[in-house]
Amino acid sequence: MDKNIVLAGFGGQGILFAGKVLAYTGMIDELHVSWLPSYGPEMRGGTANCSVCISENEIGSPRVLDPNILIVMNIQSYDRFIDTVVDGGAAVVNSTLINKKTDNEKIRCVYIPATEMANDNNLQGLANIICLGAMLKQTGMTSYDSMEAAIKKCVPPSKAHLLDANLKALKLGYEFEG
Amino acid sequence: MSQQYMMKGNEALAEAALRAGCRYFFGYPITPQTELSAYMSKRMPKIGGTFLQAESEIAAINMVLGASSVGARVMTSSSSPGISLKTEGISYIAGSDLPCLIVNVQRGGPGLGGIQPSQADYYQATKAPGHGDLHILVFAPASIQEIVDLTGRAFDKADHYRMPAMLLADGALGQMMEPISFPDESEEMKLPEKPWAATGTEGKRKPNIINSLYLNPNKLEDSVRARFERYETIRKNEVLYEEMMTEDADLVLVAYGITSRICKTAVKKARAEGIKLGLIRPVTLWPFPEEVISRTAEHVKAFLSVEMSMGQMVDDVRLAVNGKCPVRFFGRTGGVIPTPDEVFDAAKDVLASAGGDK
Repeated sequence: MDKNIVLAGFGGQGILFAGKVLAYTGMIDELHVSWLPSYGPEMRGGTANCSVCISENEIGSPRVLDPNILIVMNIQSYDRFIDTVVDGGAAVVNSTLINKKTDNEKIRCVYIPATEMANDNNLQGLANIICLGAMLKQTGMTSYDSMEAAIKKCVPPSKAHLLDANLKALKLGYEFEG
Repeated sequence: MSQQYMMKGNEALAEAALRAGCRYFFGYPITPQTELSAYMSKRMPKIGGTFLQAESEIAAINMVLGASSVGARVMTSSSSPGISLKTEGISYIAGSDLPCLIVNVQRGGPGLGGIQPSQADYYQATKAPGHGDLHILVFAPASIQEIVDLTGRAFDKADHYRMPAMLLADGALGQMMEPISFPDESEEMKLPEKPWAATGTEGKRKPNIINSLYLNPNKLEDSVRARFERYETIRKNEVLYEEMMTEDADLVLVAYGITSRICKTAVKKARAEGIKLGLIRPVTLWPFPEEVISRTAEHVKAFLSVEMSMGQMVDDVRLAVNGKCPVRFFGRTGGVIPTPDEVFDAAKDVLASAGGDK
């Protein structure tokens, strides 16, 4: 099935990076992939979002308007995107910063206190990867191995010391019992 | 499978240019193209090339003129307002019969406009990339892989025909990432000889003169006519396009670049509902794929040109159709990207008004 993913949150939360990890899982799984960021006068504290498409077929429009997977990390993104998720889709909500719950029973929603978990586990700044782990568990959109391999590809050599923390964050999110 | 990379369009274009033998880059930063020059600034010095951030777009294009005059494989890149500044230089380069690559990662206009994706520079690229009687080759990639493939091709064709080539992309293509692979690296690249280049005679031959000034009108006319004979060859031999489901289509969309991908999604949606849409995607905008559109006009009810502009390419579609069937337009502009649903709705409206069997 096509995966049409939207990730959204504050600039600085690693939204674009998390999207890039997902795009790499598609490449590792030998599927068609596109990654399209919002760009503009965004900066730390502003809003950031990106669209990732993963498909067995050639990808048409790379902009995702009706996601079947949504990751939202702040309240503004929740308000903007939660109602765009298609029936049967899944959403991962960073409940540390989002104190709302959807009453839409046609989507599967995981509420994970990702920012709090990151802080509690000395993984500051990795709430994004914790959310990816939770999303992977919820959707099975790729294998755990592919996701780990994708993270290894996305962490640049200059930040190799952060790789273990990223992998730990993935595991933490994956093992979260909501 | 060859090695795959995940790169932004801007970066993939830069890397493809380096692999195509480009060793001179002159530019001035502008969103949404900046990653291209940033990539060049990092890589060029490492491979013995020259990256120079000029004091302005005008300076940059004239540096391109200079480097091309001595036979270098050279490029510049910018986005819409910056391209406007370059147009004088582009005309001089065309008038001097010099090859180069110019990249326009389009953003919304006119004026300083905005920084979101646009296709409103179609007229500029295909009709008036500078003053005077001239054309430049215009390539319009629709994916990151195609950016890679067309970059090498644009350099080669520019050299072959001794004229500027443009890659006309947009902010979305510049910013998005897709997996790509580069052409086979094992083949040794050989750039063409340029016996016309002004490289110094060493006292062994007559000087080569690079010039676009002809004060004698007859001589100027002769030089323009000679150039237009080459343009005719290009019109015959260099047209590129892609067709999707046009054989049995009632309505054919015409779209290039990122918009063509939105149209592909719309075509698939329509087909799933039993509505016969098709798509012609020009890959070269100059020369324009007139012949396939003219041929298709024999058996469709109508065409719909879909663009991120107020309707520019639609003129060329109308010229190619030449009255054989209605040609309509749908577009968004100013940096707004149309949605597949909007395109689908516009197509349904056109079909409803076109009526009748062909």
